[in-house]
Amino acid sequence: MLWRALILTLLSALPLHGEEVVAGLSQARVSINTTFSGSEILIFGAVKREAPLPTTDLDVIVTVSSPLAPVTVRKKDRRLGIWVNTDSAQIDYAPSFYAVRATKALSEILAPAQDFEYGISIPRAIRASRAQIVTPQSSEFLQALIRIRSNEGAYQQAPNSIELTEDTLFRANIALPANLTEGDYKTRIFLLRNNQVIDAYETTIDVRKVGLERWIYNLAHQQPLLYGLLSLALAIAAGWSASAVFRLFRG
Amino acid sequence: MQIYLPIAEVSVNAFLLFGLGGMVGILSGMFGVGGGFLMTPLLFFIGIPPAVAVATEANQIVASSFSGVLAHLKRKTVDFRMGFVLMGGGIVGAALGIVLFNFLRSLGQVELLVSLCYVVFLGVVGTLMFIESLRAIRRTRNPGALPLPKRRQRSWVHALPFKMKFRTSGLYISVIPPLLVGACVGVLAAIMGVGGGFIMVPAMIYILGMPTKVVVGTSLLQIIAVTAFTTLMHATTNQTVDMALALLLLVGGVLGAQIGTRIGVHLKAEQLRILLALMVLGVCFKLAFDLLVQPSELFSIGTGGGH
Repeated sequence: MLWRALILTLLSALPLHGEEVVAGLSQARVSINTTFSGSEILIFGAVKREAPLPTTDLDVIVTVSSPLAPVTVRKKDRRLGIWVNTDSAQIDYAPSFYAVRATKALSEILAPAQDFEYGISIPRAIRASRAQIVTPQSSEFLQALIRIRSNEGAYQQAPNSIELTEDTLFRANIALPANLTEGDYKTRIFLLRNNQVIDAYETTIDVRKVGLERWIYNLAHQQPLLYGLLSLALAIAAGWSASAVFRLFRG
Repeated sequence: MQIYLPIAEVSVNAFLLFGLGGMVGILSGMFGVGGGFLMTPLLFFIGIPPAVAVATEANQIVASSFSGVLAHLKRKTVDFRMGFVLMGGGIVGAALGIVLFNFLRSLGQVELLVSLCYVVFLGVVGTLMFIESLRAIRRTRNPGALPLPKRRQRSWVHALPFKMKFRTSGLYISVIPPLLVGACVGVLAAIMGVGGGFIMVPAMIYILGMPTKVVVGTSLLQIIAVTAFTTLMHATTNQTVDMALALLLLVGGVLGAQIGTRIGVHLKAEQLRILLALMVLGVCFKLAFDLLVQPSELFSIGTGGGH
């Protein structure tokens, strides 16, 4: 009986080290309307603590990821004097947007095994969801994907970008770009000590097209024929009115 | 002012689109071309996904061609019979073009195909036009030195069966050549996102022997049919027609075309043609350069899996 009670108390004492993250977002919903030009999201929170403050350093990592989608990465090579796509690799699950914010450089505060388990750094976030083993050849394509999307600002990894006050309060800013795709953006917050994740918190940012954007997108995908006819009608009306206006000016 | 395009899923500056539409509109008004061959590469350049650019440009050409054909209808310079024959061929060609486009898209070679088409056709048409207009300028400088070469009255076109009377054009020829010309232009329209006027007009004059007066109006009729069909096909099979993008380009294009027509009046026909030839060759060289020179980034990302 005694060992059972012991396990119960241990369970209730979870999370380990007795520290827990409580967090909020400045907005849980991003609406893409016609004039959408990106959005700034503030992620803030505090560390709830029942035991006295441990002596080791506390670190925080925040990640925001768009829904995962398959992508094909293609490589050009010279054939008959011109540059042609010759080789390609499919990456089954890659976010179109991924941002990592941390109190220090990721390599300093995150053990590789933990990174592998939680899929935190950019290469892990892509690879994490892949079942198959990455060969050196496919890692060339993976690196290209990360390089291109990082240059576009779609993948962001910034060390020292979280303010942590008194080992308790933290805040991170994430700028969502204008070229955002729809979906549930998974937002995760990790607390770390000794390179180990001691607590994690997960929430979603709901990114949706609204208004006219929503209507056009839905129509194009649900009633493609009607949408095509409507596009034509618009074009013909525009062409007709242009010549009518021109005639008015002349006459 | 940034505008988020619902289908392309990119945010672009609305004034930039107005400007592009206007600029291409001025050129198309000046030279009497659709301008698709300029607009589609420009859309690639500002970051619109190629599939969306090609499909949307087809929709925009419907508008500008419709506006143009109305003017020609008034002047009675449209050969409806010839227009319908070309259309028949054009729609078959466009259907083939869409199948080819989607097949190559799954292979990841669609960009190459589009670029190669542009380089070959713009190169050939630009060079021919350049030589022809140089000759024309020389002719006007010393009149009487080089008489106009007489067009051959009877060619292989006249030897083919299934003859038909085209009253407006004053022709009695087989329907096979117009069907073939229509089909070729249809394939190009679907693949390149152009109306195909720059190929069709010379083909109608030199192969079919149509009088220049009715060529532009009739080719516009065919262009409307083919680009409308292409728009519908792209909209139903790929969902890549962006209505918002098309509208923004239209407004600029329509205004530009009216300005361009007025500028065109003040220039001589030969000067216009030589300018157009230089522009066509310019686009051709730029695309050829991109194919021949090692790109700084060898990798590219395509959305979705091929499977």
